[in-house]
Amino acid sequence: MVASRGNTSNPARIPALGVRALLLVFISIVLMYFDHRENHLDTVRQGIGVAVYPVRLIVDAPMRLWEWLGESTTSRSDLKLEVARLNSERLITNVRLQRLTALEAENARLRSLLEARTKVRDEVRVAQIMAVDANPYEHNLVIDVGSRDGVYDGQAIVDADGVVGQVIRTGLMTSQAVLISDTDHALPVEVNRNGLRTIAVGTGEIDRLDLPFLPNNADIRTGDLLVTSGLGGAFPAGYPVAVVDSVTRIPQDPFADVNAKPSAALDQVREVMLIWSAPAAEEDHDEEQSQDREESDGEDSDE
Amino acid sequence: MSREVSSRRLPVIATLVVGLMLSIMPLPNLIAPFRPDWLALLLIFWAMQLPRTWSIGTAWIIGLILDVSYGTLLGQHALALCVIVFITVRFHLLMRVFPLSQLTATVFALLALYQFLLFWINGVASVSAPLLAYWAPVITGTLIWPFLYMFLSGVRYGTRTSN
Repeated sequence: MVASRGNTSNPARIPALGVRALLLVFISIVLMYFDHRENHLDTVRQGIGVAVYPVRLIVDAPMRLWEWLGESTTSRSDLKLEVARLNSERLITNVRLQRLTALEAENARLRSLLEARTKVRDEVRVAQIMAVDANPYEHNLVIDVGSRDGVYDGQAIVDADGVVGQVIRTGLMTSQAVLISDTDHALPVEVNRNGLRTIAVGTGEIDRLDLPFLPNNADIRTGDLLVTSGLGGAFPAGYPVAVVDSVTRIPQDPFADVNAKPSAALDQVREVMLIWSAPAAEEDHDEEQSQDREESDGEDSDE
Repeated sequence: MSREVSSRRLPVIATLVVGLMLSIMPLPNLIAPFRPDWLALLLIFWAMQLPRTWSIGTAWIIGLILDVSYGTLLGQHALALCVIVFITVRFHLLMRVFPLSQLTATVFALLALYQFLLFWINGVASVSAPLLAYWAPVITGTLIWPFLYMFLSGVRYGTRTSN
C-alpha cells in the first residue's frame, strides 16, 4: 500500500519499479532454491565465472608482481645460499625416497601375500593459490586451475605438510576450495599411532581442529599425529592432517575435549597440490565400513 | 540527452569494477571480516543519484556477479542488493535532501537490512558463520560512507562539467 501511494505521488519517475523488484526477488529465490537443492546451475555459475576471471587476475596481479620483484631483486649471495639449502634438502629427501621405494615394494609384496589389493600412487599437480578473497562465511581459497585442467568437485588438496582442504566449486579456469578449518568441514581421520578412527571438525579458527566424537577413555594423547583414513571417499588415506595439542577429559562428560593443530600452514600456503586418486570411491565405499583398517585405503586397484 | 547518459555510464561502471576488486581483494585474516560492502555502498549512491539508469536491474546483475565470485548461493547477494536498491530508489528524492549525517544514518539502516537478508538466507540454507562477519561490515561501511559520498559526488559532478 505504501508503494502504490508512493508511485502516484511520484508520477512516472521510475516505471513499474515495485513490479520489477518483486520479479527479480522472485527470480533470486527460485535461483537460490535450485542452487541449494541440486547443482543445476553449474553452467550459469561457470558462465558468470568466466566474466569474473579477468577481475580476479587483476586483483591477483599486484601480489604476483610483488613476488616477481622479490625474486628478481634477491642478491646473488642469497640465491647461492638458497641453492645450497635446497640441494642439501633434496639429498636428504632422496635418501628417504630410496627407502620409501623399497618399503613400497615390500608393502606390495606383503599385500599380495595377504591377497589384499595394492595401493597405487596418487597423481598430483601443483596449483597456485590466487591472492583473491572469497566467501566471507567460509574458510576458503581460490586456486588457478579449473575444470579445463581436470579438477573436479570434492578433490583433495594438500600442501607439503598436510591436508589443506577440498575443492567445492569448480569453475572453468579457477576453482574454490574449502579449508579443513571451516566450521562446515568434517574429515575422517585416524590416529597414526594406533589406528583409532574419528572425525576432525573445523572450528572456524585457522589453527585449530576439534575432535568431538572421542569417548573419555579413548587412547589418544597430546602429540599424536592424525592422518586421513580414506573412509569418506574424498581424501586418499595416509596424508597427515593435524597433531593433537590438547586432550581434556572431564569425568562427568561422555566425550573428551580434544583439539588438534593442522599440519599444513593453512593461512600461509601459496602453492598447493591437487590429488587425483585412483577411482576408489564408488566400489569401495560400502565395504570399507566393515573392513579391516589395513585394507581400507580409500584408493585401490587391481594392479 | 542520450549522449549525456551514455557518457555518464563509464565512470559508474569504472567505480563498480573497482568496487568488485575491493570486494575480493585479499586482506589479512584479522581484518577481513571488517571489509565494507563496497558494492552495496556504490549501488546505494548511484541509485540515489541516477535512479533511472542505475536501478534494481543493475543491482541484481552485480549481485549475481558477487555471488559467483564469492561462491555463495546463486541469488543471495542479488536478492539483498535488489531490496536495498529498491528502497533507495523509492526514497531517492528524500535521501538527496538529507544532510550528510542523516543520510549516513539511513545508509546504516540499509546496510543492516542488507546484512540481515544475507544472514537470513544463510540461516535458511544452514550456512553457519561467526556473527562478526555480519555486523562488522555494517559498522565499517557506515564509517566509510561520508568519505565515499564525497568522493563519488566528485566523480559524478566532475563528469557532468567535463561533458
